[in-house]
Amino acid sequence: MRLVSFLALGALFAVGLGISGMTQPLKVLGFLDVFGAWDPALAFVMGGAVAVTFIGYRFVLARPHPFLGASFDMPSRRNIDVQLLAGASLFGVGWGLAGFCPGPALVALASGSLDVVIFVAAMFVGFLAKDLLVASDAAGPGLHADVP
Amino acid sequence: MIEPGSIPAALFGGALIGVAAVLMLALNGRILGVSGIAAGLIAPTSTDRLARALFLVGMLAGGVAIAVFLPSALPGAVSGNVLLLIPAGLAVGFGTRLGGGCTSGHGVCGMSRLSGRSITATMTFMFVAMVTVFIVRHLLEGN
Repeated sequence: MRLVSFLALGALFAVGLGISGMTQPLKVLGFLDVFGAWDPALAFVMGGAVAVTFIGYRFVLARPHPFLGASFDMPSRRNIDVQLLAGASLFGVGWGLAGFCPGPALVALASGSLDVVIFVAAMFVGFLAKDLLVASDAAGPGLHADVP
Repeated sequence: MIEPGSIPAALFGGALIGVAAVLMLALNGRILGVSGIAAGLIAPTSTDRLARALFLVGMLAGGVAIAVFLPSALPGAVSGNVLLLIPAGLAVGFGTRLGGGCTSGHGVCGMSRLSGRSITATMTFMFVAMVTVFIVRHLLEGN
C-alpha cells in the first residue's frame, strides 16, 4: 500500500507539473525574464501549490501520525548556512540556463527528447558529485535527504 | 481543452502539485522533494530505494500520460546545445543537493511550513535564475 502510494503520487505530481506549464522550458524562461517580456503565468503554479499545501499541512500535522507510517519525518534544521545559499545559487544558475528544475526535467523525459536525457543524466551526475565531494550530515539522508 | 501554462492551467496544475504534497505527508509522513527523492536513488548511503524508484516510475508514467493527452506541455529541451545543457544539468543536480532542496522541497513544501531555510533558498534560487536569464538574454544575446 505504501509503495503503491509512491507510484500514484509520482504520477499525480507529474500530471500537475505538465498541466501547470512547468515542463515547458521556454515558458519557464519567460517567467524568469522579469527584465524583458515577462510572462507571469507560472507564478500561479507556486501560488496554487503553496495555498493547497499550506492549508493541507495544517490538517495533516494535527493528526498523531501519517496513515501509512508511524511518525512524521519533518526536516529539523533551522540554520541558514553557506551551503544553503551556495547550493540555491548554483541551482538558480542551472535553472536559468536550461529552464528545467528537477521535477519537470524528469517528467519531460517522456517527450523522448535526447536533449532532456542529456540534461537529466548531467543532473544525476551532479547529485552524485555532491555526495562524493561534500561531507554530508552525520544523520545521513532520509527519504527526502536533507530537504528543508 | 486545457492550454498548459495558461493562468487557469497554472493554478489548477499548481493545486494538483499541492494535493500530491499534502497526500505525501498525510500517507507517508514525508516531504515531497524531488531532488532528494531522486538523488537518494543513487546516493552511496541511502534508504528506501524501492519507494524512491516507484515515485520516479510514477512520474515517468504521468509524463507519458501528458505526452499522449497534452503533448504541447512536453516540447522537450529549449536548447539543443549540449555545451549548455550539460553544465546546466550539473549545476541543477549539485546545487539542489548542496542547498538541500529544489522547487518542490524548498519552494512548495518548505514555504508552506514557513521554514526560514526554505524561504531563503527559494528567494535565492528565484533571484539567481532571473539574473541568469537577464545575463543570457539581454547581455549576451543582446535582445
